[in-house]
Amino acid sequence: MTTTLNQKDILKRGAIWAFILVELAFFAIVGDAMSVSSKAFLSVDNMLLLLKQSAPIGIIALGMTIVMINGNIDLSVGATFALAAVVLLDSMTWPFMQALGDWAIPLAWGFALLTGVVLGAINGLIVWKTGVDAFIVTLASMLGFRGLVFMYNGEQPTSHLNWTLVDFAEAQFLGLHTATWFLLGAALILWLLMTKTVHGRNAYAIGNNREAAVNAGIRVGPHFVLNFMLIGFLAALSAVVFYSESGSVNPNDGMLYELWAITAVVLGGTKLAGGYGSIISTLGGVIAIQLLRKGLGHIGADTQTVNLVIGLILIGVLILDRQLNRKGQEELKI
Amino acid sequence: MAQLNKTEIGAFLAKQGILIAFAAFMIGFALANQRFIELDNVFGVIRSSAILGVMALGVTFVVIGGNLDLSVGSMMSFSTIVVLDLHDKLGPGLAILAMFALTLALGAFIGFLVGYLKLNSLIVTLGMLSAIHGLTLTWSGGKNMDIADKSGTWFSVFGQERVMGIPVPILIFALLAVALSLLLSKTPFGRKVYAVGGNGQAATFSGIPRARVVFLTYIVSAFCVATAGLLQASRSLGSQNTVGQGMELEVLAAVILGGASLMGGAGTVFKTVIGVLILGFIQNGLLLVGLDFYVQYIVTWIIIILAVWLDVAAKRGRLWSPIA
Amino acid sequence: MTDQTPVLRLEGIVKTFPGVRALDGVAFSVLPGEVHALMGENGAGKSTLMKVLGGIHAPDEGQIFIAEEPTVMTSPMQAKAKGVVFIHQELSLADELSVAENIFLGELPLKGLGRVDWPKLYADTDAILKTLNVGFDARTRVGDLSIANQQMVEIGRALTVDPRAVIFDEPTASLTDAEKVVLFDVIADLQSRGVGIVYISHRMEEIFKITDRISVLRDGQYRGTLNTAETDEDEVTQLMIGRSLDLSRNESHHEMGDVALEVRGLGCGALYQDVSFSVRRGEVLGFYGLVGAGRTEIAETIFGLRTPSAGQILLNGEEVRIASPIDALGHGISLVPEDRKSQGLVLGMNCRDNMTLPQVDDLTAGPFVSDGAEIAIFDQYRDKLDIRTPGWRQIVGNLSGGNQQKIVIGKWLSMRPEVLIVDEPTRGIDVGSKSEIHNLIRELAAQGFAVIVISSEMPEVLHVSDRIVAMFSGRVMREFTADEVTEDNLIQAISGITDDKVA
Repeated sequence: MTTTLNQKDILKRGAIWAFILVELAFFAIVGDAMSVSSKAFLSVDNMLLLLKQSAPIGIIALGMTIVMINGNIDLSVGATFALAAVVLLDSMTWPFMQALGDWAIPLAWGFALLTGVVLGAINGLIVWKTGVDAFIVTLASMLGFRGLVFMYNGEQPTSHLNWTLVDFAEAQFLGLHTATWFLLGAALILWLLMTKTVHGRNAYAIGNNREAAVNAGIRVGPHFVLNFMLIGFLAALSAVVFYSESGSVNPNDGMLYELWAITAVVLGGTKLAGGYGSIISTLGGVIAIQLLRKGLGHIGADTQTVNLVIGLILIGVLILDRQLNRKGQEELKI
Repeated sequence: MAQLNKTEIGAFLAKQGILIAFAAFMIGFALANQRFIELDNVFGVIRSSAILGVMALGVTFVVIGGNLDLSVGSMMSFSTIVVLDLHDKLGPGLAILAMFALTLALGAFIGFLVGYLKLNSLIVTLGMLSAIHGLTLTWSGGKNMDIADKSGTWFSVFGQERVMGIPVPILIFALLAVALSLLLSKTPFGRKVYAVGGNGQAATFSGIPRARVVFLTYIVSAFCVATAGLLQASRSLGSQNTVGQGMELEVLAAVILGGASLMGGAGTVFKTVIGVLILGFIQNGLLLVGLDFYVQYIVTWIIIILAVWLDVAAKRGRLWSPIA
Repeated sequence: MTDQTPVLRLEGIVKTFPGVRALDGVAFSVLPGEVHALMGENGAGKSTLMKVLGGIHAPDEGQIFIAEEPTVMTSPMQAKAKGVVFIHQELSLADELSVAENIFLGELPLKGLGRVDWPKLYADTDAILKTLNVGFDARTRVGDLSIANQQMVEIGRALTVDPRAVIFDEPTASLTDAEKVVLFDVIADLQSRGVGIVYISHRMEEIFKITDRISVLRDGQYRGTLNTAETDEDEVTQLMIGRSLDLSRNESHHEMGDVALEVRGLGCGALYQDVSFSVRRGEVLGFYGLVGAGRTEIAETIFGLRTPSAGQILLNGEEVRIASPIDALGHGISLVPEDRKSQGLVLGMNCRDNMTLPQVDDLTAGPFVSDGAEIAIFDQYRDKLDIRTPGWRQIVGNLSGGNQQKIVIGKWLSMRPEVLIVDEPTRGIDVGSKSEIHNLIRELAAQGFAVIVISSEMPEVLHVSDRIVAMFSGRVMREFTADEVTEDNLIQAISGITDDKVA
């Protein structure tokens, strides 16, 4: 960040990483003492796997951060994710694509990513031109996009395994899995976008004080559309990364992903009202959730407790945030 | 003059658009396929919409009060699992009582967080969506829940029987709709819900206990969820852990389609019922005219956006948004 | 003052809104290097004039000249490009962003690939901050700055272009004395660079300290321009207040009853301190002071919306504890709030439901709200207050300001309060409705209500009050009876000038 940080900011931005450290310490020490598995929690392999598993939701959460900083929200990412996956796998079975051999892979990726961008643009344009709240627009598109998924192949799964692709997805470069590289790469690029570019800074300004931004001559609509296109692209990227390996998509895949992504973003401290938040903190939020999942499993807790704990932590964060931002006694009691 | 007429027509469309759309759909489908308006089919549609509908009634209160409830889906799973599990342990009567008490306790917790602690309802209920899902899985040990002796219980009456030829779920949905409609439109409490959602500050300045009113909207919502859980459990006498998953957004779609404003202060129980029925009949009608089931999703998508757009456009007096 | 071409000149500006002639032939000009005060009561048309200047409203008639070039204003951005810049009273900053980003909001310097040229941004910002002589740097987060420093950021925005004219709208409303000195230095500096300054303020003291000329608006009309050096507060006040409305002094003398409400040593943190006063039945007690003097906050405390940090509230001689509006209503206290739209009404609700809202619990037949009881109350107060509405079903948001205000007053009167507090009774209301509401307030007192009227409009306070409490910066400066108050001593009291200073 370029802005000088004050103490409260440092506290806020540091909180998610401190939380991750606490999780690590807890699961390493307490966990290993009562672990049902003989493997150490803090092993390098385990951590690498954790990063890989964070990738699908993580990449979407990065996009959600941008949209939320901009003052909007996107509930349709799960459906976008599924549709991009269908396009990815199905397109590789088209006759002309099969004739291309392995060259079909980048083309299929391109089709899938384009799908995401187009769906995002549809959301963005509707939000811009109709002035209907993004929450409602994307709630509706969540249904509509899911309809498109079913249109493709009914309730049947769409499958296509391409071994070249699977090898690529399962590869490790410098120890990190392909998916992790995509997560980190996307995070880096988006971080640069949000902190270094005019578009990023304007997105903050719009979310922070829309009226001021409008008065300063910033064109709000195109920024909205661009950010929705970005989250659409990222939802598709997430699908591309995930399904390259798994090779089969069910029409219900990606359901509730929007809610998991929002949870990670909020844990990372991004404000729902917009104008405040950071890509890096969202990465922290994503890792914290995955750590919790794996850690609870590691100490033998039922996997179901994970949901309970995540939910309560989310509410706890909200209460904490409110206490931190409390005004004095003089406050109007409304 | 023409201008005046145009705005008047616009206002009328915005106000009654949902009813007009509903009527148009019904007529259209009826013309396309006679079977659509046969009593059996109508009952079938309402019956399968009843669970969603009952939940939507409660969410209507929350939304008019200016908040959201994304936890109703997972709360409904919870109610269903709990009542099925307790059925074999306590017997049907006590099981139902205990399930209502537990579900209302969850509602009270959310109401406390949103009403008294003034936390953001979107995030609170998102957190509760996850937490209650975890609670349900823990309760059931991750397994599906079934009643052991399916033929030897009167518990099935809520989901499977008919009274005077009318399926009980429809009866319960209708009774609850009438009762809650009276509560919302005729009682002091209902008036306060509109005031709190319409302008919370003005409500406070009018001596209305805003926190308590918000709290109570979540209690109403939880009551409806418990009722929905009862219908669900009784219909199948067994259930998966995830039976209500994803319903929170469908419910919200029905409420918004009915014309409730997410900003709060606007909407009625009657219109929510219409919203629910539209979703139900579209699904059914599209199937009957031979279209695949997924077409309903796409149609719903377009309808929701058109409905809300019309509403927003009528309020600001112009079709396209002024956003630069 | 040398005679140069004016940097900004307005000629015969007329702007009408449905039912209101907001600006009626306004003319004035600003010379380079001049500080030109624009004065007028609330509702005199100053803010409409600013909106016309900023291109938000197009004038119906008249012409704007920038350096004698006829110019059509289309937006604040375009005005800025032409060298006319506004410093608003309500800050419009993005508080999570840095000072530099706020100053160059919408015009961040670019360097390829859409990247922000940070070094240039910071260098340019530092250059601007240097001329403002402030103690923070370009990277500071705006939310961390004091209000005064945020205002400096707003001023910094004006300096990203080479401004010809800078318009300050009530710039000192929330500044301390020390902060004002800094602001005045900045203005002096702009002045020395040949920039024309339009300075909008109510505060006479400041006006006479820093301005060269004073133009006065009243009821949307231009009332003349005075040279500051050749006039005095009396003359300006005369021009501002005029006598177009029947706002004669309150001279009615009717029987007053016992003390209904008494406040002793009331304080609420930094908002106001050591406030004592009392009001009798049948009396109208006026509270006069500038915005931010603490008047509204006192009312909110008495109504249970703020927790006092010191002092007592006594009703009929007995101390009461009021922790919420519900308590206040229970004790017979009603508050007609300052902001009708955000605090007084649920705009989407109908007239009747708004009016009966505080007592809806008591208007029941069985479990349901009784239509009849509600309509009876609505009809009673519609007739009593002469509320013009097609019927009780009318949505309140569609009524005129005056009728909306009467709904709010009706809402509180129908509670039959012992003490009625009315905060800014006629804000944003047309002249005709104003006098109706004034008469109503007098009438209520005559019927034995204890009434407190808070107002920023001097003629209003003088017209309706039996006694006037003058407040300045969170303290009661002086209490006047109707006989001893004059416009001069009232203005002085609310500007913080105490009697001994005057003497």
